[in-house]
Amino acid sequence: MSNAQLYWQANLRLVIGCLIVWFVVSFGFGIFLVDQLNAYSLGGYKLGFWFAQQGSIYTFVFLIFFYAIRMNVLDRKFGVHED
Amino acid sequence: MDLKTLTFLVVGATFALYIFIAIRSRAKTTSEFYVAGKGVHPILNGMATGADWMSAASFISMAGLIAFKGYDASVYLMGWTGGYVLLAMLLAPYLRKYGKFTVPEFIGDRFYSNGARVMAVICLITASITYVIGQMKGIGVAFSRFLEVDFSVGLVAGMVIVFIYAVLGGMKGVTNTQIAQYCVLIFAYTVPAIFISLQLTGSFLPQVGLGSMMADGSGVYLLDKLDKSLVDLGFAAYTTQKGSTLDIFLLTMSLMIGTAGLPHVIMRFFTVPKVKDARFSAGWALVFIAILYTTAPAVGAMARLNLMNTIQIGEVGSPEGNLKYDDRPQWFKNWEKTGLLHYEDKNNDGRIQYYGGAPDFAATAAAAGWAGNEMVKVDRDIMVLANPEIAKLPNWTIALVAAGGIAAALSTAAGLLLAISSAISHDLCKSIWFKDMDDKAELLASRIAMAGAICVAGYLGLNPPGFAAQVVALAFGLAASSLFPVIMLGIFDKRCNRAGAIFGMMTGLGTTLVYIFWFKGWFFVKSTAMAADTADQWLFGISPGSFGAVGALLNFAVAIAVSRMTTPPPEHIQHLVEDIRVPMGAGGANMDH
Repeated sequence: MSNAQLYWQANLRLVIGCLIVWFVVSFGFGIFLVDQLNAYSLGGYKLGFWFAQQGSIYTFVFLIFFYAIRMNVLDRKFGVHED
Repeated sequence: MDLKTLTFLVVGATFALYIFIAIRSRAKTTSEFYVAGKGVHPILNGMATGADWMSAASFISMAGLIAFKGYDASVYLMGWTGGYVLLAMLLAPYLRKYGKFTVPEFIGDRFYSNGARVMAVICLITASITYVIGQMKGIGVAFSRFLEVDFSVGLVAGMVIVFIYAVLGGMKGVTNTQIAQYCVLIFAYTVPAIFISLQLTGSFLPQVGLGSMMADGSGVYLLDKLDKSLVDLGFAAYTTQKGSTLDIFLLTMSLMIGTAGLPHVIMRFFTVPKVKDARFSAGWALVFIAILYTTAPAVGAMARLNLMNTIQIGEVGSPEGNLKYDDRPQWFKNWEKTGLLHYEDKNNDGRIQYYGGAPDFAATAAAAGWAGNEMVKVDRDIMVLANPEIAKLPNWTIALVAAGGIAAALSTAAGLLLAISSAISHDLCKSIWFKDMDDKAELLASRIAMAGAICVAGYLGLNPPGFAAQVVALAFGLAASSLFPVIMLGIFDKRCNRAGAIFGMMTGLGTTLVYIFWFKGWFFVKSTAMAADTADQWLFGISPGSFGAVGALLNFAVAIAVSRMTTPPPEHIQHLVEDIRVPMGAGGANMDH
């Protein structure tokens, strides 16, 4: 496989990993499992409610920066970075 | 100084600032007009994106929506932020690498088809126009409520301001003013929230305050107290789910995909110098958006609690438990005048009873001699607009909220107008109608298109079509079902070809439109609806606003299947896809294509 193809596969793996977290935190914790998680609490927040109204948003921010930083590393590793 | 003068001063000062910025950032080339010369710093672009994205609805209506829907309003919080993850990983960096000016341009080039490009232009203009009507209304409302001038005067004042900086400066002027508008709106939003959080919980951060104990020493958590106050009065508990899980899931998904597919947001990422800037800039945009979006749940819950406590001052059921109408606070009187708050003394006891319709509460209410909920109208917009007054904050914070609401509406309107005008001047005039236009003529055309778009938007704001309130779902539905899937396939599926993209877009768009029109009436003419817009009529309980995600799925499926059955795209298109997948070789700040 060419360098560009290897780079693309590494990128896809990273994107899929990040999107799994994206899905689990928002749709999983915030919607489908909200009742189960509400049995636990975080301070005065019920946990499921916290994920739906706070936690998922924090996770989204984290995910984008994580992706951007990891991609910088990949860009350099495969020599496709901008100068 | 009285409140009105103060508000005029604060709003006037922000307007002077926007005009000052406009004069300093005039666009001299089409590249400056469309993409600000691709020289915007990623953090500043993030700020501008935040202002671009957060509309009058985010600023004024969202906290109110949360206050009255509780947990169920999480769909908006997650839906309008989660889209940025999709944008950062699936679209923004690649579109930046492609390095052109508009979203339809990418679709037209990638699918080697002017037909696809024109279709994208139609989707873009429909989605953006429906969206901009709401912003124009928001500007008029903010003016008329806070400055007590006529709705139309306020709207025209807003139009003139947008006209000055958008026509002169294009993307460059819009970006610079949006950065200033972000600062105004976030300051205006968070200051009252911090004060209220301090008052109720003693916690400086509203995000922490919402999860803290009440500051009254009772040792009760704020959210538990809110749940109890609501349930005691026959309302549904704040933190529990009321809607159907499938519909909540699909609505969240539609809003996320729609957010990522809205052209006025996507085009902001064309303005940064590099591909890696586009990735980081999406992160910064979400940071700036998250500041408001994580504060909003606190504003909503605390405002609701304040409202309940203002009216239900004592035990439920005892006559003294309810506030006497004559003792109502000043803010109550102020908002009654606007018609947003309305009280009717149904049992003629001179006291206010505000309660919900839970079946097991009916007996309690009847036993206490209550004859129905007497707060017949509590407009949800009040929750943000009256927040400073309810919390007894000084007048300057009220003036600030006015300026913040106007900033939010102006910045979003300008971004939408820019998306519309560049689609007209660049995708239609330059590329299809008058191909031999030079840069100077195109710049003039884009200014004329912008002026025209502002006039149309202003006219529609003044004479909103009857369906204006319902069409927001349409904007997101269109973006989710038509634009997002084809852009994503254009990058991630090399095999996707012209036929696939066109059939995919038609399927996504067609099914979503038909589903919305089926329940809302053809072209929103109510009498032509084919079925009642109620949960038992909906297909699998999917509301029309949630259908965008299904439309997107159909778009993906059709585009992939049709592409596989027809000839692969030509070789130069496959090379183009390979090229946009790697960052190397992206044009820098000074490159003109």
